[in-house]
Amino acid sequence: MATTAAPAGGSRNGAGPEWGGFEENIQGGGSAVIDMENMDDTSGSSFEDMGELHQRLREEEVDADAAAAEEEDGEFLGMKGFKGQLSRQVADQMWQAGKRQASRAFSLYANIDILRPYFDVEPAQVRSRLLESMIPIKMVNFPQKIAGELYGPLMLVFTLVAILLHGMKTSDTIIREGTLMGTAIGTCFGYWLGVSSFIYFLAYLCNAQITMLQTLALLGYGLFGHCIVLFVTYNIHLHALFYLFWLLVGGLSTLRMVAVLVSRTVGPTQRLLLCGTLAALHMLFLLYLHFAYHKVVEGILDTLEGPNIPPMQRVPREIPAVLPAARLSAVVLNATTKAVAVTLHSH
Amino acid sequence: MAEAAESPGDPATASPKPLFAGLSDISISQDIPVEGEITIPMRSRIREFDSSTLNESVHNTIMRDLKAVGKKFMHVLYPRKSNTLLRDWDLWGPLILCVTLALMLQQGSADNEKDGGPQFAEVFVIIWFGAVTITLNSKLLGGNISFFQSLCVLGYCILPLTVAMLVCRLVLLADSGPINFMVRLFVVIVMFAWSVIASTAFLADSQPPNRKALAVYPVFLFYFVISWMILTFTPK
Repeated sequence: MATTAAPAGGSRNGAGPEWGGFEENIQGGGSAVIDMENMDDTSGSSFEDMGELHQRLREEEVDADAAAAEEEDGEFLGMKGFKGQLSRQVADQMWQAGKRQASRAFSLYANIDILRPYFDVEPAQVRSRLLESMIPIKMVNFPQKIAGELYGPLMLVFTLVAILLHGMKTSDTIIREGTLMGTAIGTCFGYWLGVSSFIYFLAYLCNAQITMLQTLALLGYGLFGHCIVLFVTYNIHLHALFYLFWLLVGGLSTLRMVAVLVSRTVGPTQRLLLCGTLAALHMLFLLYLHFAYHKVVEGILDTLEGPNIPPMQRVPREIPAVLPAARLSAVVLNATTKAVAVTLHSH
Repeated sequence: MAEAAESPGDPATASPKPLFAGLSDISISQDIPVEGEITIPMRSRIREFDSSTLNESVHNTIMRDLKAVGKKFMHVLYPRKSNTLLRDWDLWGPLILCVTLALMLQQGSADNEKDGGPQFAEVFVIIWFGAVTITLNSKLLGGNISFFQSLCVLGYCILPLTVAMLVCRLVLLADSGPINFMVRLFVVIVMFAWSVIASTAFLADSQPPNRKALAVYPVFLFYFVISWMILTFTPK
């Protein structure tokens, strides 16, 4: 007795009332660009099949809709309508196939879900790891745990870039080929990625139990010490303070990394090689960052001490994009001897 | 006309009925075909767009897009928790702002002496790659915001910094000195805070609640770098 009204386009509602909830969640329309975006909307790899479900449902709707529209047209136009319908169907199928292939390729190559487990951290964890990176642990008989995450190291590298930019501008650095931003980004990322790979290669030679991800994480967290030192010394221009911080803070973070590596390596020669290389590179990098980008302070000391000090000649330094090692040592020597000379003069 | 036939013995009528329960008892005669278009609203809207936007005049299209961009600018200047930026995202606004900022920050021709200023391409690349990096980061942290929505929000929230750039340019027309610098510093800091707050208001809801700080920190760094470029800009 109770009959329900049957709509004529019944096949159009291929997604019945029970799937209606999905349609409200689908954003945007039916164009290809936004389709890709909807596939991106899946926020976890477990939801990828949901995204495919949406895709399939929408394709079914579009198919059913196209079929229904063609049926209506075909009725009116007869034979001509049939041919047009056929060509339209063929074109439609080709388009669907192409779109499916493109979206499959897109989801294969642009799949950032590969990196997702490395970003699975909480703020409290990041904070505790930052603090632990400054505390060397004495226990070296037992392989120490290294957190394999990439969020902390990546953020520290970006912070270092920001601090370098701040320091470069306050120091009137002149850069010939290349730009300030490019140099800063290139230096920091180059150090992080390059030295991590080099240490991983050495660890492979020395038979240490460490993976590439762990060297990336270890070195990344080691940059926390660099950030602190540079942040302080770019604002307080005192060489003695810089050396103190270099030894203390830089030394602490180096000791921590060395302790972790020692706990994972067997044999004295291997330990010496690996840890010596890492310590040297780490400390020298901090030295390089300070001196290559930091103004020498004779001018300030000059104004503080008064007229009896002979005026220092400050030559505008041209720093090419890559500072060769010889120039670096000359610059460092210059800076230290000048600072020493000024302090001696003042006494 | 549909005739309604009640069935007295229907068990549904005995118990207290929900609102439209009586409708199930209506029977419809076979003479009257029941037909019509059951359209899903989204699809019909798209059909409308397809036919109408192609035929309208260029003036109409431009004005409509400009109005949409202007409306989003208002949302950025008075940030409330709304999702207008998220729902109808577009990248026109960020493009306009980025080009404006890059043009104003350009240092002119490269001299031999002071070649340290940012060039147009540099600013452009920094803004877009910075926004892409932040988007990837927030997606990897488990946020459920789409790629282009995030780009849209980050681009639109550069508006306060562009205003700061304009103000700094005007202030630099006066003679330079420490007061000049303090004024510019104050303006840039205020606009930087405004940008960060605006983008947080839009982006924070898309993150899991305990990881908001992790997603906001790179936004802070991004706007810090842009503010630094604005503050240290000195015309030749």
